[in-house]
Amino acid sequence: MTKTAQTDFLPRATAFIAKHRVAAVLAFLMIFPLVMPYEALALNILIFGLYAVGFNLLFGYTGLLSFGHAAFFGVGSYLTGIVIIRFGLSWWMAIAVGTACAGLVGLVIGFLAIRTRGIYFSMVTLALGQIVYYAFYKAENWTGGENGLRGITVENFGIFGIQLDILNPLTKYYVLFVFVAAALWLVSRILASPFGAVIESIRENEGRCAACGYDVARAKLLIFVLSSLICGLAGALRALHLSIVPIDSLHYLLSGQAVMMCLLGGMGTFFGPFVGAGVFLYLEDVATVFTTHWMAVVGVIFMLFVLYFPRGIWGTLIHRWQARRVHAGEAR
Amino acid sequence: MAEISFQLLLLQLMTGLALGAIYALLAVGLSLIFGMLTVVNFAHGAFFMVGAFLGVYFLGLTGSFWFSLVLTPLAVGAIGLLCERFLVRPLYGRGIDYPLLLTFGLSYVMIESMRVLFGLEGVPTSVPAELKGVVDLGIGSFPTYRLFLIVATAVIIGALWLFIEKTRYGLIIRAGSRDPEIVRILGVDIARVWLIVFGIGTAIAGLSGLLAAPTRAVNAEMGIPVLAESFVVTVVGGMGSLPGAVVAGLLVGVVFSMTSLFAPEYAELSIFVLMAVVLLVRPQGLFGKAGLMG
Repeated sequence: MTKTAQTDFLPRATAFIAKHRVAAVLAFLMIFPLVMPYEALALNILIFGLYAVGFNLLFGYTGLLSFGHAAFFGVGSYLTGIVIIRFGLSWWMAIAVGTACAGLVGLVIGFLAIRTRGIYFSMVTLALGQIVYYAFYKAENWTGGENGLRGITVENFGIFGIQLDILNPLTKYYVLFVFVAAALWLVSRILASPFGAVIESIRENEGRCAACGYDVARAKLLIFVLSSLICGLAGALRALHLSIVPIDSLHYLLSGQAVMMCLLGGMGTFFGPFVGAGVFLYLEDVATVFTTHWMAVVGVIFMLFVLYFPRGIWGTLIHRWQARRVHAGEAR
Repeated sequence: MAEISFQLLLLQLMTGLALGAIYALLAVGLSLIFGMLTVVNFAHGAFFMVGAFLGVYFLGLTGSFWFSLVLTPLAVGAIGLLCERFLVRPLYGRGIDYPLLLTFGLSYVMIESMRVLFGLEGVPTSVPAELKGVVDLGIGSFPTYRLFLIVATAVIIGALWLFIEKTRYGLIIRAGSRDPEIVRILGVDIARVWLIVFGIGTAIAGLSGLLAAPTRAVNAEMGIPVLAESFVVTVVGGMGSLPGAVVAGLLVGVVFSMTSLFAPEYAELSIFVLMAVVLLVRPQGLFGKAGLMG
């Protein structure tokens, strides 16, 4: 009897979490900074987790491997910074501008990139993303060129009569958390919608999806833009967090980081990108203490995952739990 | 802007062709591997970079540029063979994205290994003594080394063409890129053909790194922009097409050098814009088959 109860508990718990995935992730992220060694790392994981979630919409759920997502992340960062510095916009307006501009760039790149398929898609998004990189690199007057954009300031503000000190890392975490929460809810809503089913069917069998009467090209473009909006928001939040924008934010190596985080955590899972971002950044944090050759460590770990754990950490766990659930169901 | 003479224009065209020669070699290697294995080698820029480092290393070791010219592609090709056998091969049949992801991780490891072996600053390079100086082309003086680049590329690509079109093994390669299943049924060890093609492709990447080394800074990061540029060439030329790779390589080189003559600040951008235009007008690339690209 007790054995059945034990085998039953885990599947039930995972089923419950799967049903309330947004709430579960948010609850986790709420207590997350309190258990991390320092808040800066928690903030990074929060921001890059969102970046990987946006990327996962395209890679994990639609099956399109983009290597140009740094363009959206970087444009989100830069435009947020530029409108604050140049036009004195308030920070929350700036987030909106940055995110919207990332979406616009996503529309243009997406329009060109979805004309290609499969492996070309990765190459074309990489090359188109580099256009944005070089454009921002050369526009020194606006972007600071090689040195990056500096001096993004955020004024303190009050809400419900409570004055918030944005320079306090913990306060900053929870302020940014509000935006991440809204984005996660949106992502979950998209995935649960009929449109979410369409993009997953594109991943499974594009030809059959088109034969069923869905406009595959339009669905791809729409999810591309949505994904770039989420990544742009992550970039905007990073600009506020760092108060500078390094030029590397636009480079295709940062697109590669989204790929790595997504695969490490588990592509096509809701929480996986956060797990991937967390593991990636935590490892980086630990490994840089011991060695300056951090990239080699990352490269080897990533190759091992590609070879032996393509489901990623979270994906493998979910797979095991689901297998147990089926098993438990059969036993009954 | 100063008056730009016709001669200057011609010289700049030659400079563009010399740069394009490197691009053409890179794209030929990339296209060869793709045409055969349907693997996009994201470590291609890293193989290029390793070729540059080993080229300088062998030059110092043997004291002869020509020895280095032979040893470097052999060494880089050997690394390529090992990578195919132990890293890429387990991924065949697992979806088209996996080899791509793996080679991306591989490029990280290769970059970091070169940093460990040769230091963070990279190594100094110079044009080999035999090829220093300038030659008079009738339109003005042109650096001998750049002329050598064009000639060497023509020889390498010519040899590769002869190998693929005129030899028995080349026939197997061509057949294998069209229908690996039939070739396997006919009793050819197709896995070995794939292995060798990957080796040749990476050897050519290494060779292009060695050739490019005297014209640019050799450091561990030099392959990172090169990867993006060779993708541009491949997309413009049409994936898997060798003539396409050559023509597009030269075209991209010329576009780059012409833009740097008239509007230097847009030089890097120009080749990517060229790619965007090709994508709009002819998504399969100049020489690509329509079905392949989309």
